[in-house]
Amino acid sequence: MKPARTPPDPWVTLRRFTAARIALGRTGVSLPTHAQLAFQAAHAAARDAVHATTDWGALARALDDLGLTSLRLTSAAATRSVYLQRPDLGRRLDAPSRERLAGHAAALNAAPLEQLADGRPVRHDLAIVIADGLSAFAIERQAAPLLAHCVPALREAGWRIAPVALVEQGRVAIGDEIGAAFEAAIVLVLIGERPGLSSPDSLGLYFTHAPRAGLTDAARNCISNVRPEGFAPALAARRLDALLRESRRRRLSGVALKDETPADAALGGTAHSFLTSD
Amino acid sequence: MTFRATLGGERYRFADLRTLLARATPPRSGDTLAGVAAASAQERVAAQLALADLPLRHFLDEAVVPYEADEVTRLIVDTHDAAAFSRVSHLTVGGLRDWLLSDAADAATLAALAPGLTPEMVAATSKLMRNQDLVLAARKCRVVTRLRNTLGLAGRLSTRLQPNHPTDDAAGIAASVLDGLLYASGDAVIGINPATDNLPQVMRLLDMLDAIITQYGIPTQSCVLTHVTNTLAAIERGAPVDLVFQSIGGTEATNRSFGVALSTLAEAREAALSLRRGARFADGIGDNVMYFETGQGSALSAGAHHGCDQQTLEARAYAVARHFKPLLVNTVVGFIGPEYLYNGKQILRAGLEDHFCAKLLGLPMGCDVCYTNHAEADQDDMDVLLTLLGAAGCNFVMGIPGADDVMLNYQTTSFHDALYLRELLGLRPAPEFEAWLAASGITREGGAFRLADGLPAPFRPALGRVA
Repeated sequence: MKPARTPPDPWVTLRRFTAARIALGRTGVSLPTHAQLAFQAAHAAARDAVHATTDWGALARALDDLGLTSLRLTSAAATRSVYLQRPDLGRRLDAPSRERLAGHAAALNAAPLEQLADGRPVRHDLAIVIADGLSAFAIERQAAPLLAHCVPALREAGWRIAPVALVEQGRVAIGDEIGAAFEAAIVLVLIGERPGLSSPDSLGLYFTHAPRAGLTDAARNCISNVRPEGFAPALAARRLDALLRESRRRRLSGVALKDETPADAALGGTAHSFLTSD
Repeated sequence: MTFRATLGGERYRFADLRTLLARATPPRSGDTLAGVAAASAQERVAAQLALADLPLRHFLDEAVVPYEADEVTRLIVDTHDAAAFSRVSHLTVGGLRDWLLSDAADAATLAALAPGLTPEMVAATSKLMRNQDLVLAARKCRVVTRLRNTLGLAGRLSTRLQPNHPTDDAAGIAASVLDGLLYASGDAVIGINPATDNLPQVMRLLDMLDAIITQYGIPTQSCVLTHVTNTLAAIERGAPVDLVFQSIGGTEATNRSFGVALSTLAEAREAALSLRRGARFADGIGDNVMYFETGQGSALSAGAHHGCDQQTLEARAYAVARHFKPLLVNTVVGFIGPEYLYNGKQILRAGLEDHFCAKLLGLPMGCDVCYTNHAEADQDDMDVLLTLLGAAGCNFVMGIPGADDVMLNYQTTSFHDALYLRELLGLRPAPEFEAWLAASGITREGGAFRLADGLPAPFRPALGRVA
């Protein structure tokens, strides 16, 4: 016979609306044993996810299928342990990668499209960077599906896209250096977000107009939590597409670029709360 | 000015005030990352010895970030209250620590002193204190604020109900709101971190929270934690904004990296005040309309630390906060990650420092007792910090279902955690909210603060709609 457990709360039916840990029940004011252990199990999984390594070869092949060439780069943080404690190193390329990137960009010999306000030429509309960040699972699972939803439309609109940079032990700001090397109008960084207990594979999207090393977060726009159970890749791609075009048209990014997509088109799911009667 | 100390036969020299403060700071990964930490344990104590003998007056003569280059320094210097300072102006840093722990320092004295203290004086003092000193001195301070209820009274512990959802789904958010309310959470604020900064979406969330608060007559306020310029735009379009949120830091360049300046915050505060959404109290309308979040390491993260240690800069962020008379301020202490606070021990110390410094400066301080999955910390570490903050008289903590934020991907305190603290220390919610909980049948009427069993009547129709 299965032993009796402390029951969940009477509103347990609401769990179908959220992955949040609601209606857990209580013993006194404390967490029941099984809810407590379920939490510990999720934490253990997230801890293990932080230290997983990316299958870069498989990712490169998936990009190939989308007609995107790629090149492998590494940040100046040589190991995961260094990466976790030295964000400065994760924000810049190591010397061999920097050299390889410069050579690669020069070999493309892309014709200038226009000039930035600061006089630098623009040779690509968009540079794409995929960095492992804090979750290898995120880029392995979400990066290619997301790009499959937005790259074809941008190409149709005539956008010239640079080869995709795959960066090991990379942080968001490393995209600025890469975007500048490709002389791109915009750099888009796809990066594994810190794993949550319920989301070990959540992808973050960041883009910067007129990228150059040394920019801060105020110059970037962000879409976070991209994964099937969160902001679904197809929907996120639609939002990204609109924002990228607006950024390109208005020649800016960051806090000055407001996301004005109508709310009902912005996100999936229900628009009204059951708590109020209207 | 150069500072010197001798310890164990070794002579140490510290080039200026910011260096002295940095070297005197208890160890943490962010200061090592910035290259400002003491090179040895003995150098750290030597710096603490030199700091202990430094007259407080010296802080009025030497800025850690240049006055000309930084509007936060200008704010600190230009708004310093010399009359309030006169009570302790004869003391050294070590002398201030002793005085704070003495019987001479009580709630009324400390409240009167607050405008006379600069963030750097308070940060310096904290560097000479142990965890128990930080708890005891902070507990003497009392900072009460009001918008639609009264927060920070003695014997009270409030919570921010944080019903985040990865796609801002209305039903998903409502489910967490209801879970929280039924666990007696939400008297500090019902505050959503939206999944995006999309303005129509932010306005939809504001409308939704306003409708819930109105329908159930909840004596609390709502907030959607989006960028201040977004909130300003929402106000201009007629959204029901109770609280203006913004993350802030301790230097002008940090704030610039957040996309804000002091003038932006002033403008947003004026706009929120113009809505007059506070409750009417016997002596006027509730007018604390700002909600700020801070956290050690933000300045370094933005490349804007000016060679200062992260704890001193954190205290300077409180000078920014207090200028705008906030309802709520909290340090998101373990959110930033292990490169700034490496493990449970460093997070614990930082949480107590932040609470102490903010309270001494007169802020309604709360704490997001939290950690990320890439930090060397776990629930046991959080239990210790939460318990000590309760003992220290922290104004509020976060409340989230099962300690798991499914949108921001970190662990903060749960509804259960807040109830644990209330149970352990005999703390109660804000009085207006406490009365509402009892009237709604969420808690039992009379006697000790206890949750009732079952589903309270006012919420049965809502559950019926989705059954």
